[in-house]
Amino acid sequence: MSDKQRPSSLRGASLPRWTPWAIAAGSLAVAIVLGLAGGLHSRVQWGLIAAVLFVLGTYGVTARVEGRRQAKDRVVTSLVWVAFLIALVPLVSLVWVTVKRGVKVLDPYFLTHSMGVVADTEPGGGIYHAIIGSLEQVGLATLIGAPVGVLTAIYLVEYGRGALARSVTFFVDVMTGIPSIVAGLFILSLMLMTKTQPFGFAGSLALAILMMPVVVRSTEEMLKLVPNELREASLALGVPKWRTILKVVLPTSLGGITTGIVLAIARIAGETAPVLLLVFGNPFINTNPFEGAQSSLPLYIYQQYANSAGEGAAYDRAWAASLTLIAFVMILNLAARGIARWKAPKTGR
Amino acid sequence: MDISTQHTDAAASPGAPGPAAHQRAARAVARPGDRIFIGLTRGSGILLLVIMAAIAVFLTYRACLAISDDHGNFLTTFEWNTGLTPPSFGIAVLVYGTVVSSVIAMAIAVPVAVAIALFLTHYAPRRLSGPIAYVIDLLAAVPSIVYGLWGALILVPHMNGLFGWLDKYLGWTGIFSWNGGAPRSMLTVGILLAIMILPIITNVSREVFRQVPRMHEEAALALGATRWEVIRMSVLPFGRSGVISASMLGLGRALGETMAVATVLSPTFEIKASLLDSGGGTFAQNIASKFSEATEFGRDALIASGLVLFVITLLVNGAARLIIARRKEYSGANA
Repeated sequence: MSDKQRPSSLRGASLPRWTPWAIAAGSLAVAIVLGLAGGLHSRVQWGLIAAVLFVLGTYGVTARVEGRRQAKDRVVTSLVWVAFLIALVPLVSLVWVTVKRGVKVLDPYFLTHSMGVVADTEPGGGIYHAIIGSLEQVGLATLIGAPVGVLTAIYLVEYGRGALARSVTFFVDVMTGIPSIVAGLFILSLMLMTKTQPFGFAGSLALAILMMPVVVRSTEEMLKLVPNELREASLALGVPKWRTILKVVLPTSLGGITTGIVLAIARIAGETAPVLLLVFGNPFINTNPFEGAQSSLPLYIYQQYANSAGEGAAYDRAWAASLTLIAFVMILNLAARGIARWKAPKTGR
Repeated sequence: MDISTQHTDAAASPGAPGPAAHQRAARAVARPGDRIFIGLTRGSGILLLVIMAAIAVFLTYRACLAISDDHGNFLTTFEWNTGLTPPSFGIAVLVYGTVVSSVIAMAIAVPVAVAIALFLTHYAPRRLSGPIAYVIDLLAAVPSIVYGLWGALILVPHMNGLFGWLDKYLGWTGIFSWNGGAPRSMLTVGILLAIMILPIITNVSREVFRQVPRMHEEAALALGATRWEVIRMSVLPFGRSGVISASMLGLGRALGETMAVATVLSPTFEIKASLLDSGGGTFAQNIASKFSEATEFGRDALIASGLVLFVITLLVNGAARLIIARRKEYSGANA
């Protein structure tokens, strides 16, 4: 603090509000001059020089005028901003590239035709078979994973006591961290024992394993939000506990539970590894998830990419399928948030 | 759980005098419907435990089949030849690759994610922070295969400049020397993994930082602290365990990531001294790449490597849970 210079002032000298902008403009100008003089072609290098100059300049100027503590504060502020902006670059680039490359071949034809008689190097073909496979596998996984997850959450919140509940809680936590490929290997080991060939439902089982812990966690949070007074009011009227849960607790938290399930679906819809091991991939339309290899959107993307050498028709199809998959996942996410907002549980507090 | 105790009490008949009678009454009201419902819910809880146990048992069983026929040392052999007549395979390369790529990812992602979380909670204009947090939430849901495609198309070519620079100035260390090949190496994989786990770590850290009691921060401000001092003295100590567990969650993702690594890395079964030369492999990537041409024995060998990955992720997750449990009230990591 510069109390020595201005003993009468409560606040030390402070820089005007436009200082950061001025320093930013100055360092950018110097960086461009340096870049041109030093013959640096990459704009990224210019940007880096400007960023370093900005941080140093901010520290120097602020330390002179406002003191070391303020200077440190300003440097951290600029570092935090820089971290944010740097992190934004790949994330924005990802979305941009996917959209730009994806729209090339994405049209109604692409969505309604399979790869049945189309060689990987030829243009044409589509993802109809992959969409069918994805919907069936994810749908079946949800039919298994969502009820088990919700029931487990009900057990943990409404009944759970003692060692069993504690170990279930712990293993749900641990299960959240299982890599998807390990879930795939588990089902694969079962298939090796029973000598089964790849089929869609095997993939569903692995996806259900990945889905359960996510549903349990989100449902638990939602059930805990239901005010106790509601339960007590219902029980006081003589309603059995199971009917209280079904008729009072679940309807109250239905919005949140649905949101959690939809988010879990969005997560498993993008899983490639277990599908690669268990469902195998199939260029033809196979609507029966219980027999024969199927395809799925993420698997289709991977296989088209692997067969493409980074260019050509297969590569374009991989990107178009990526755009479809991202759009699907995003729509699910937005829907989940919509449900959450629409049916937000009243906490009663 | 005290909630359920209250319920049982509430459901008990009103005339129950002592604790013993209380207990008996509580048991007496269990109707058939109740019994079925409890059975269903408890059954699905037990089902989860059974699945976890089954994963461990079946992976171990198949892994034992493979390892007992392994003529190399499963832990130290530097090759993966399951098709040869005396098969010889080992996980040394995979352990190295998995650990190195995850450590690089953590070293990059954790500081940046904490900075972004601080940005969203303490620096960004209110109006901006909501939508940004929302977008980062969405990015956490982008499938990993799409990150892989993006990495192969955009990230890999952009690495050339960085690798040249590192080789020029830090090549003497050996770790950063570059033979000029395609930059599909451990460092590229680490950077891609960092980008992928950034949204998750950011989200959880943000939740933790939001829970810092307002009073702590205001007290520090009232003492004349600058914003950075407030963060250092009240926000970071409060959020430390939450950030650690968030990082562990990210680490778990990075360890098990399959498709992004498989699309970006050009795998070889060797340990490269330099992080910049392409080659190496990770558990998950090795399983995905070797699976299609593997025989049944080869699949068992891959299952054996998957078992090791499973154990590693269990240890990491267990550690994270212990840290959270120690300071449960501060944790936002239960999403």
